[in-house]
Amino acid sequence: MECQISNIFNFKLKEMLVIKNLHASVEDKEILKGINLEVKAGEVHAIMGPNGAGKSTLSSVIAGNENFEVTEGEIVLEGEDLGDLAPEERAHKGIFMSFQYPVEIPGVSVTNFIKTAINETRKANGQEEMPANEMLKLIKEKSELLEIDRKFLSRSLNEGFSGGEKKRNEIFQMAMLDPKVAILDETDSGLDIDALRIVANGVNKLKNENNAVIVITHYQRLLDYIVPDFVHVLHDGKIVKTGGKELALELEEKGYDWVK
Amino acid sequence: MDLKEKLLSSFLAFEQKVDINAALHDVRTDALKVFENKGFPTKKEEAWKYTSLNAVLANDFNILPKNESDVEWKDVQKYFLNDVDTYKVVFINGVFSSHLSSTTHDGLDVCLMSSALTKPKYKMVIDTYFNQVANKEDSLTNLNTAYAFEGAYINIPKSTVVQKPIEILYFTTGTSSNFVQPRNLVIVGENAHVQIIERHQSLTDTAMFTNSVTEIYAAKRAIVDYYKLQNDLLTTNLVDNTYIEQKQESRVSVHTFSFGGNITRNNLNFYQKGERIDSTLKGITIIGEKQHVDHYTLVNHEEPNCESHQNYKGIYDERSTGVFNGKIYVNKIAQKTDAFQQNNNILLTDKATLNTKPQLEIFADDVKCSHGCTIGQLDESAMFYMQQRGIPKKEAKALLMYAFTDEVISSVAIPDLQLKLQKLISMKLGVNIGFDI
Repeated sequence: MECQISNIFNFKLKEMLVIKNLHASVEDKEILKGINLEVKAGEVHAIMGPNGAGKSTLSSVIAGNENFEVTEGEIVLEGEDLGDLAPEERAHKGIFMSFQYPVEIPGVSVTNFIKTAINETRKANGQEEMPANEMLKLIKEKSELLEIDRKFLSRSLNEGFSGGEKKRNEIFQMAMLDPKVAILDETDSGLDIDALRIVANGVNKLKNENNAVIVITHYQRLLDYIVPDFVHVLHDGKIVKTGGKELALELEEKGYDWVK
Repeated sequence: MDLKEKLLSSFLAFEQKVDINAALHDVRTDALKVFENKGFPTKKEEAWKYTSLNAVLANDFNILPKNESDVEWKDVQKYFLNDVDTYKVVFINGVFSSHLSSTTHDGLDVCLMSSALTKPKYKMVIDTYFNQVANKEDSLTNLNTAYAFEGAYINIPKSTVVQKPIEILYFTTGTSSNFVQPRNLVIVGENAHVQIIERHQSLTDTAMFTNSVTEIYAAKRAIVDYYKLQNDLLTTNLVDNTYIEQKQESRVSVHTFSFGGNITRNNLNFYQKGERIDSTLKGITIIGEKQHVDHYTLVNHEEPNCESHQNYKGIYDERSTGVFNGKIYVNKIAQKTDAFQQNNNILLTDKATLNTKPQLEIFADDVKCSHGCTIGQLDESAMFYMQQRGIPKKEAKALLMYAFTDEVISSVAIPDLQLKLQKLISMKLGVNIGFDI
């Protein structure tokens, strides 16, 4: 009997990320003009829209980029307002953003970078550093998942990486950090079909009932591989239409002018 | 009495301890005359436009300091690379410290300049090399020559590969301000290979002034790796004059790490006398407060088919100031010269300043000379990227600065020194980066 009750309770999806009436500007120019979005655990949301609609701004603002000013509204993660939290504090709470243009850091290997990232996160959450053998095991497991060669891990972060390698490295870091909400900002750009399949496959394997994924993309292509539960169309800083996965196909066919 | 007058009048006292009948004495008195005529450099001179010694010269310095204090190994151990695996030539207030040193005459000479200058068996070598490549016009070099007495004397016979690095350590200490003038002579024979680390360190926070001259001679196919570690207290001032003469196919590199001191001026001069020579000049400067570091380099390409590589990185915090002046001279016959010069800088505050100036004088027509300099702030997008991955701002900043200096650090050929430098840099940046770099 008790068991049944808990099953019923679990069945109700947990709210992960709630965005309420979000307004944001850069240098006094308003880019986001009242975004509302609810993302529950286990869901995949796609945010589509033409260039300049505010897609990348939205991901930057969720991740806490200080170049943008939030003028109104709130971003709530598991009931907690992210408000004035610095980007690293949001990361410690489980926000991950895969960058469209990952930054090159010469002299710091992929392995050392991810070790630092994991241990800083653990430190912030009051945990001990991850033991070396555990770290190695995790690196091995996740790099295999993304078909990453071991040699690649000792190279300087993103230095001289191809477009595909950079994106794969982003998803590798996501796998290592195991975030609650992962935002994939134009992850499909610069990827050939094989790299796209590996990246999407990685994301699908990492997806579970305790986390959520927001896919930000201009094209429908990626959504063939990462199938969304909801598709939102962003236009001029607002979500103008929301639908199921079939909306993406409709947009592909009719173009963005159709929803304006 | 100002410092110049004091230096001129103290010369009589200095003469008491040297042999005034030796030929060397004429070299000393001639040098003193040059200094008497020119005096200390001022900002009016183009080469000293951005570095003023005026405030430093106002101190009441001891010209002929004595080693009055006992310095124990345990007090200074941290300034050495290693307890046993290096040769050591150590001076305290310019006076040789036998109990801290570990010299040798076994197959190579790692010993004292004072012996080399006075003992007959070194006379031929001294006549051939002493004060030959050093600039005869430069006022401070002449001042050093006039008072040249103590320092490191290193002579590596041909085909000798020195198995462990040589450390040259100059400590200053005591309650009074000292003016010290070390003089080093390094002669590296054909096909020989040596690694040398030079460091100046004050043990007390009284004002100190070091005017050092080092002459390095690299014979045919010799390899010399020379490292200068400048991480002294804020009360110290250093003018380092280094002159290097290279013969054909030799490879000499000088790395200068400037993390400390009040005023530091590095005059680094390479003279290429042969073909297919390779000269490398690299440096990292990380300073803050009101510290000042001035790199003044010269590479003299006199013959064809030679290369030079310069790469200087600087990180300037608070109100610190930096100067980089890199002169490359290519002689008319020095065809196929390949000269590269790079100077990259990060200013962490609005108050920090940097003057950088490449100076190319090229008289040959078939050469490859490239130079570039940048002055910037820390890359904000890189900061955001690292913060997004959970790395706090301070650590992210340090990581970026690490990355910035990596190119120079990774070319240090002594692993222990590389590690020490990485530790020094992380201390300097105020972080303990938790990974094995």
